[in-house]
Amino acid sequence: MKKTPIYVLLLTAFFALALTGCGKGASGENGEVIVYNWGEYIDPDTITMFEEETGIKVVYDEYETNEIMYPKVEAGATAYDVLCPSDYMIQKLIENDLLQEINFDNIPNVKNIGQQYFDQSQEFDPENKYSVPYCFGTVGILYNKTMVDDPVDSWSILWDEKYADNILMQDSVRDAFMVALKLKGYSMNTLDEGELNEAKQILIDQKPLVQAYVIDQVRDKMIGNEAAIGVIYSGEAIFTQRENADLEYVIPKEGTNVWIDSWVIPKNAPNKENAEKFIDFMCREDVALKNFEYITYSTPNDAARALIEDEDIKNSRIAFPDLSQYNNLETFHYLGADGDALYNELWKEVKAE
Amino acid sequence: MIKTTLQRIYVTLIFIFLYAPIVTLIVLSFNASKTRAKWGGFTTKWYTSLFRNEAIMNALANTLLIAFAASIVSTLIGTIACIAIMNLKKRSRAIVMGITNIPMLNAEIVTGISLMLLFISMGLKFGLGTILLAHITFCIPYVILSIMPRMKQLNPYTYEAALDLGASPVYGFYKVVLPEIMPGILSGFLMAFTMSLDDFIITHFTKGAGVDTLSTKIYTEVKKGIKPEMYALSTIIFVTVLVLLILVNKAPTDKQISKKKVK
Amino acid sequence: MNNAQLKKKLLGTPYFLWSLIFILIPLGMVFYYGLTDRSGAFTLNNIISITTAEHAKALWLALLLSLIATVLCLLLAYPLAMILCNMGVNQHSFIVLIFILPMWMNFLLRTMAWQTLLEKTGVINSILNFLHLPALRIINTPYAIVLGMVYNFLPFMVLPIYNALSKIDRSIIHAAKDLGANNIQVFFKITLPLSVPGIISGITMVFIPALTTFVISKLLGGSKVLLIGNVIEEEFTQASNWHLGSGLSIVLMLFIIVNMVLSAIFDKDGEGSFL
Repeated sequence: MKKTPIYVLLLTAFFALALTGCGKGASGENGEVIVYNWGEYIDPDTITMFEEETGIKVVYDEYETNEIMYPKVEAGATAYDVLCPSDYMIQKLIENDLLQEINFDNIPNVKNIGQQYFDQSQEFDPENKYSVPYCFGTVGILYNKTMVDDPVDSWSILWDEKYADNILMQDSVRDAFMVALKLKGYSMNTLDEGELNEAKQILIDQKPLVQAYVIDQVRDKMIGNEAAIGVIYSGEAIFTQRENADLEYVIPKEGTNVWIDSWVIPKNAPNKENAEKFIDFMCREDVALKNFEYITYSTPNDAARALIEDEDIKNSRIAFPDLSQYNNLETFHYLGADGDALYNELWKEVKAE
Repeated sequence: MIKTTLQRIYVTLIFIFLYAPIVTLIVLSFNASKTRAKWGGFTTKWYTSLFRNEAIMNALANTLLIAFAASIVSTLIGTIACIAIMNLKKRSRAIVMGITNIPMLNAEIVTGISLMLLFISMGLKFGLGTILLAHITFCIPYVILSIMPRMKQLNPYTYEAALDLGASPVYGFYKVVLPEIMPGILSGFLMAFTMSLDDFIITHFTKGAGVDTLSTKIYTEVKKGIKPEMYALSTIIFVTVLVLLILVNKAPTDKQISKKKVK
Repeated sequence: MNNAQLKKKLLGTPYFLWSLIFILIPLGMVFYYGLTDRSGAFTLNNIISITTAEHAKALWLALLLSLIATVLCLLLAYPLAMILCNMGVNQHSFIVLIFILPMWMNFLLRTMAWQTLLEKTGVINSILNFLHLPALRIINTPYAIVLGMVYNFLPFMVLPIYNALSKIDRSIIHAAKDLGANNIQVFFKITLPLSVPGIISGITMVFIPALTTFVISKLLGGSKVLLIGNVIEEEFTQASNWHLGSGLSIVLMLFIIVNMVLSAIFDKDGEGSFL
């Protein structure tokens, strides 16, 4: 039985190789920082710039939704240094004691971020201790001028039978309910079962008119004239308008969601100092400008905004809405495990129809 | 004659069905516009920017490395497992085969999350290694299921005859058993490789920071739009394999083992 | 003989150990989560929840659609396998690889390509429009989901059947014909029964994965059709409720067991192989 030992040797050798993980590149001279961010949410050049200027190696990981990111952070499988969650997710992370306070003394460039964004952040980060805004935006209606002849200023157009099978809704429980709750005049963070059931009912009523519940596909479908009206994030609006000049973006009069994605530092971050350096770097006006031009999502960095050359974009009301103009804008709160469960139940009922 | 023409039409239709999306992807790889919704003109710029994109190249390297490693290891383990299973009593064999089927038949997200939990409780550092362990786990069933039928068709007396004639068990294995089950081993390897290449969910939950395969990279781009470089990469992979296929097929290599059963 | 047999059994140790650690223990974890609630107390609620209206409907729809997809796959694959068998014995590996090749293109990209093909303003409708034919309106409907399933799983049905058919001894068929059987009789009395292991294998490889899919219903069904796969995925990601997700998965495992039993009955000798 000479073969058995050889098989065993082979396998053990392989295991040894595999487990040491051949993917380990050389660490930077000043250590590393492990960043977990949305996919396609940063200009890769800025990462290279950071590595060259600071000598810190950036280990960069991406996720596609807050909900996919959360279990990995909660389970602690990998200890990240920097995350970029959305508003309500930040609140959830705070309440589950998964974040640590940021030492703002180490982030001098934070002065570039407009105060209004910090004020808005207090809805989920009450004392502004845990987060630094990175991108923000609104949610609104994107419609095709040539396919819609009614004035578009209200969420109710998404219930107009004239546009049956031409309406795109967001495939996300909070976003869908936001539209319904706002239309009904309720808060999008409500936990009142009566209000929620009303919202659920109109969503069910709307379902036959909806072409599809989508997330990113809104973009391609609107550009391709596949649908006439869609619910979309403001950051995407600019991109779509460039590709299809017939598209217009509007914030409905009933109000909408103002969302903010911010940098946070998890509690178990192994390289906190480097994390703060990274965040500080991202707040630099030239870096923020680069990122804005790459992602096209609005930047809360007022210093960067001043550097934008294209006047149309600098003053664009889509990219940089004057938040004080609207009085019924809200930011998502974390509703707690029970609140989430309630929303999810109702959403399931809508989807199951 | 009509029968053959009808047959040919049928086969062609099915192939059109199978390859229509592939052709679409190839066409999109030359689309100057970033969005798949409109044609922006013909361009090859995605192919050039593809090779300059470090992240995608790394992901490609990881994907191939993992696929090869996982398929080799799972083929090894699976082959020797089959030998062992053949010697079990019928009942034990049924139980083992049942357990073997579990990773294949379980919902992938369940397998992914449960493996993640396992690795956490084992205290493993997440990275290339954990992905490899996970891939081997779901590849082994395919290997075993490819080899078992051939093993069952083996004539045990041939092997015994070899031993009687003085061959050592290992030599007997190499000369008698192995050639018979080789098609099964090869197809098992191929299946393992294929399943590992395309896996997303399980890889997502068992990978570490900074390690990406092509599949996970594509899925994270879903929110902001698939980079056209991905279409270019897919086209390159497809064309490469197709060319290899045709080359291999042109060379007369197959030793056709007679399928007549010897009673 | 005993010594050699013992050594052969020992060969299985790597695999037995592996399956213990990486299959059985995670399975145990799934059961643990499925049978407990957030506070860690034992409960059957997660499993019983399959009976709530939405879950039952999601399961029913998934069963229906995957059943239809499986039957369609079978109907499409069987004639194809027969034709391929008769085409040429040397082509075996070429044929196998031709079917596996599409699977090497990323699954998400292929499904998105179907969107480009099927949309109102998509490729197929553009062609139909050009030819003044009525438009194809199946995107964002269950029909598109079935199409997606069939597309994805067809190779998994074709290959086992092809394999089983190619193993049939031609001389048996010749003998039957010599004894006076016509083509139909040959098919029903010889070909079909001998190909049953392949059919069972194909059904297994198509039905169960189709049952748990969630990407296809999202991309091609417009996310309007809630399938059990979607429910489980959302429980694990959006709802962060691993207990419910695991509980529902345990219910699905019932189908795995049913499949194992059926395989044991119809494919006693385990001849149905994939490749």
